[in-house]
Amino acid sequence: MSDELPVSARGLVKLYGELVAVDHVDLTVEKGDVFGYLGPNGAGKTTSLRMLLGLIRPTEGSIELFGRDPQVAGAKALEGVAGFVEGPTFYPYLTARRNLRLLAAYDDGDSRSRIEELLALVELSDRGDDKVGGYSHGMRQRLGIAAALLREPKLLLLDEPTTGLDPAGMRDMRDLVRRLAGEGITVLLSSHLLTEVEELCNRVAIIRKGRIVYEGQLQDLLSTAATGFRLRSPELDRAKALLLAQPGVAEVTSVDGSLRFQADEEAVAALSIALGQARIGVTALVPEAASLEELFLGMTEGEQADGERAAAKEEAVA
Amino acid sequence: MIAAVGRVYEWELVKLLAQKRTYLGLLSAILVPIVFVVVLVLQTGGPNDVPLGRYIRDTGLAAPFVVLFFMSIWGLPLITALVAGDIVAAESHNDTLKTILTRSRDRGQVFAGKVLAVLTYTFVVVFALGLVGLAAGSIAWGFHPLTSLSGTKVSPGHGLVLLVASLAVYFLPLAGIAAFGLLLSTVTRNSAASVVGSLMFALLMQLLGVLPGTESIRPYLLGTQFEAWHGFLRTPADWVPVIRAFWVCALYISIPVAAAYLVFLRRDVASQ
Repeated sequence: MSDELPVSARGLVKLYGELVAVDHVDLTVEKGDVFGYLGPNGAGKTTSLRMLLGLIRPTEGSIELFGRDPQVAGAKALEGVAGFVEGPTFYPYLTARRNLRLLAAYDDGDSRSRIEELLALVELSDRGDDKVGGYSHGMRQRLGIAAALLREPKLLLLDEPTTGLDPAGMRDMRDLVRRLAGEGITVLLSSHLLTEVEELCNRVAIIRKGRIVYEGQLQDLLSTAATGFRLRSPELDRAKALLLAQPGVAEVTSVDGSLRFQADEEAVAALSIALGQARIGVTALVPEAASLEELFLGMTEGEQADGERAAAKEEAVA
Repeated sequence: MIAAVGRVYEWELVKLLAQKRTYLGLLSAILVPIVFVVVLVLQTGGPNDVPLGRYIRDTGLAAPFVVLFFMSIWGLPLITALVAGDIVAAESHNDTLKTILTRSRDRGQVFAGKVLAVLTYTFVVVFALGLVGLAAGSIAWGFHPLTSLSGTKVSPGHGLVLLVASLAVYFLPLAGIAAFGLLLSTVTRNSAASVVGSLMFALLMQLLGVLPGTESIRPYLLGTQFEAWHGFLRTPADWVPVIRAFWVCALYISIPVAAAYLVFLRRDVASQ
């Protein structure tokens, strides 16, 4: 089990009648990853996660969690796997402690000390005897983490774990995920919050309309974007004139009281010398990379934008 | 495997004991015989045209049998359906199936635990009704010999044995209704629809039993099996309806349970 990939999904398809919810999705989560699964609402993230957990039967394709297929091995395939999809759910008429004891019993364990330890970890010790029906969304999310950790997982699947939390709750949840990842737990995190993914994940997959449009290292993705530089100066007009005349500098534009341009690092080094020699003061000369948000929107809205452009062209021709 | 199902069963019972509808059902099963006896104590007439009805004031032993007769039409089917129709549908309603199906129990084990819990509830309801009826009747009219359906006298001790045997046989058709409720609960994922559907099924079975022209199928209707216990109260005991109740009810139980099992095993657990 230790040598097997935590998640290996190949050619996953899920059809609901005519609707293609998931379309030939391949996912590979490696040991130690904090893997971000990104996509707009309705892109197929949750359906994919449900298939991974054996809750939904794929129409096509194969899934292996640590080398075991949930559709073949049943509950055994989920050994070492825990998490929640579309928010954790509990029996509202039972207390948090009883809910955890029930789930522990379903896992062949009933360690009360472990339950207490986890309630303390998610800061619910004082409310452990309250019925979950009276819990706030944030408390349920935290209890969901406790329920997942009860299984002492090696792989944690979390579907939008910070959705609906207040800023402090989001920060705490992210800290917790970071801490768990630091303890060696592989995390598959579905989210549409890009800052969260950028902050926590080392690898990502982006899904659009049921299809994976990118899977790989987050840094590789960010580096695929065209980079540029931004220059701030109290003498913007003189600086702009110099930039336009400088070899290796292109696409100079004025943006928000600064100059944005494309250049390689060598050209920028030469530019800084030229600026000094021309006695043009510089308050900032910084590289700029496209944010994950820009990349994400480009990937997930590209087809739509292309479609709109094509429609406009057709209209103009007509 | 057995231990795994046992743990699910144990927690299904814990869940039932934490829900109001369980107590509503049990309370109804307890209150109905008490109210029935109190009303008869306050009146002079009686249910003379039902089995053992004319002897109801002779001994408390007759009371539970008479109550069983009246409750078979819709009372006990409704009480049974309250829980049977909810046991899977509630998981869908609360979206908790995904919570328990992503632990270490296979779907078959979870389903088996639910079936056992529903049957336990049904069993407890029948025996609660019978024994409370016996207690209430005995307080009102004493614990005396019972006149059987053949007109012979049965000692109180033997009458008690006949009551327990009758309750056990009465449990069988009720388990058939529970099985149907479980099937509806699994298929519709809607508690109210399952409860109403189960009750309709029970009433339909009763209706078919009184319609003219249904004589040939009548022995095999579920509603007819609610009268199988009459066989114990004849001298000598008539085992034909009792044995028939066993195999007829086995079919009414096993077919819906098997169908529900297959649906439960294969269903996609998606959000509602």
